[in-house]
Amino acid sequence: MATATKEFTYAPPGASGSVVPLKERYDNFIGGRWVAPVKGKYAVDLTPATGQAFTEVPRSTPEDVELALDAAHAAKVAWGETSTTERARVLNAIADTIDAHREMLAVAESWENGKPVRETLAADIPLAADHFRYFASAIRAEESTTTEIDKDTVAYHFREPLGVVGQIIPFNFPLLMAAWKMAPALAGGNCTVIKPASPTPWSLLKLAELLEDIVPAGVVNIVNGPGAEVGMALASSKRINKVAFTGETATGRLIMQYAAQNIIPSTTELGGKSPNIFFEDVFAADDAFLDKALEGLVLYAFNKGEVCTCPSRALIQESMYERFMARALERIAAIRQGHPLDITTMIGAQVSTAQLEKITNYVKIGLAEGAELLIGGKRNVLPGELADGYYFQPTVFKGHNKMRIFQEEIFGPVLSVTTFKDEAEALEIANDTMYGLGAGVWTRDGTRAYRMGRGIQAGRVWTNCYHLYPAGAAFGGYKVSGVGRETHKMMLDHYTQTKNLLVSYDPKPMGFF
Amino acid sequence: MTTPEEGPAVQATPRALELIARLTARHGPLVFLQSGGCCDGSSPLCTRRGELLIGPHDRLLGRIGDAEFYVDPDLYQRWGQPRFVIDAIADSGDTFSLEGLESMRFVLAVPGEP
Repeated sequence: MATATKEFTYAPPGASGSVVPLKERYDNFIGGRWVAPVKGKYAVDLTPATGQAFTEVPRSTPEDVELALDAAHAAKVAWGETSTTERARVLNAIADTIDAHREMLAVAESWENGKPVRETLAADIPLAADHFRYFASAIRAEESTTTEIDKDTVAYHFREPLGVVGQIIPFNFPLLMAAWKMAPALAGGNCTVIKPASPTPWSLLKLAELLEDIVPAGVVNIVNGPGAEVGMALASSKRINKVAFTGETATGRLIMQYAAQNIIPSTTELGGKSPNIFFEDVFAADDAFLDKALEGLVLYAFNKGEVCTCPSRALIQESMYERFMARALERIAAIRQGHPLDITTMIGAQVSTAQLEKITNYVKIGLAEGAELLIGGKRNVLPGELADGYYFQPTVFKGHNKMRIFQEEIFGPVLSVTTFKDEAEALEIANDTMYGLGAGVWTRDGTRAYRMGRGIQAGRVWTNCYHLYPAGAAFGGYKVSGVGRETHKMMLDHYTQTKNLLVSYDPKPMGFF
Repeated sequence: MTTPEEGPAVQATPRALELIARLTARHGPLVFLQSGGCCDGSSPLCTRRGELLIGPHDRLLGRIGDAEFYVDPDLYQRWGQPRFVIDAIADSGDTFSLEGLESMRFVLAVPGEP
């Protein structure tokens, strides 16, 4: 297996010897077929690795969204009535084909997004497969309930599908975030129309190629195009029964507004500014746990910081700050940045020029507000074909929590570090943010870990770990980080509605009239 | 909303003003809302006036071109009430913002920079 090799760079999609077959142009996936956009327009897809275009995808219009909705509505009755046994079989078959094509999908996603292939091989793709398996199991184990109201009156509660759902996927995990949304929707008996993110429109189409013979036609439909046209047409459509979105807060408001106008449910995940808190007792011994905690801090560079739960604020107890940070900075200096398809690369390229521009500007803002730059801070111009890629050095600032670089999600490899004196101050700083998606707590004191975990206003508190995303652990936001939970069977509540049959087995009239 | 020594609370670069004029000609009057959070957060969302419901708490910071520019008051406070300078760059961003249709992106520039 290629990943066992020490020095190895995958050939880019379409290149000689590549594990990823590449066409010059892709179409929308609608009704189980590849359908050209109605207006015949296409857009190029760039790889952040080199800044070069490598394929074309549809630049669709609202007409294409309607075609996808037609296909989804045509399929919804049959899929909704398909037994959970069969739906679970389909979900497991999706998982199996993802596993069987792990390298192909991993290379495709890396090339399109700029993330290192070691991450997609080890995390994105296996987690995507597992997610489908989890919801296959969950839907098989679901039970309707009955309530005996009295001896002759019974309330039956059935879970019924919503129908057709619209799902808008972010660019940071093009396949895994699609899996997070598709799996519960399909398990619940819904058909979906998916709008991938504009910077990452293609890797999901590579997955769709594998689904042609697995998923019934019309159950999964994928339409690419600009958010302002295609995303908006989908999210505001009168023909969807639910909308799901991951992205930023202004668009999140717009999505929830459309849902209100159409009186349908929505789930939104809108990012965070997650604190990662290190108590002095992590340094009580120089052992595996200390090593794990140091890695926990450096995880801000995972997926080049393009993670909604990026641990982008490190709060370090003052008494061990110097020792701990010295060790952490050694490790950050050793991060290997390079070609995303080189299996030894630890950090790749940011997804777009806009992201690169934003990160560059936040570094300027950090310096202007008096934060101390400890490492990095610049665009990294790599040699040769990578020279035009969107690489940014892993960066660390020291400052205080009122600074803008501590308050706004930068969505890049930029860590803002500050110190705290005691537990009370750590909690106060942790919660001094608009957001509440993730948090990390590192301590050898289990009681303190529990107190902190309960005190932090965030939907997920990683305790002595970070950046684990197993199916079965609920994920979602407090405060402005969004509404709803993913990656847990409670997600089925977001993708089904309850049908109550209230049945009287008593032949006698009520006696009112 | 102008402090004499610092300039207006929100302004746009010539490039951004040109794009706003072009979008206005195509789509009618525009409204901006500063975003935050995941993905393309930190960039403003530009929509047709009336598309996005402006809430009772949103704060009107000023106008760029003919477009109103709003910010959530909590976000504004937490960012330290910065001066907003709106620029425009070429990008195929992940956005519901109207300029995405032109393969452009409104971004925040750092005040004082050319």
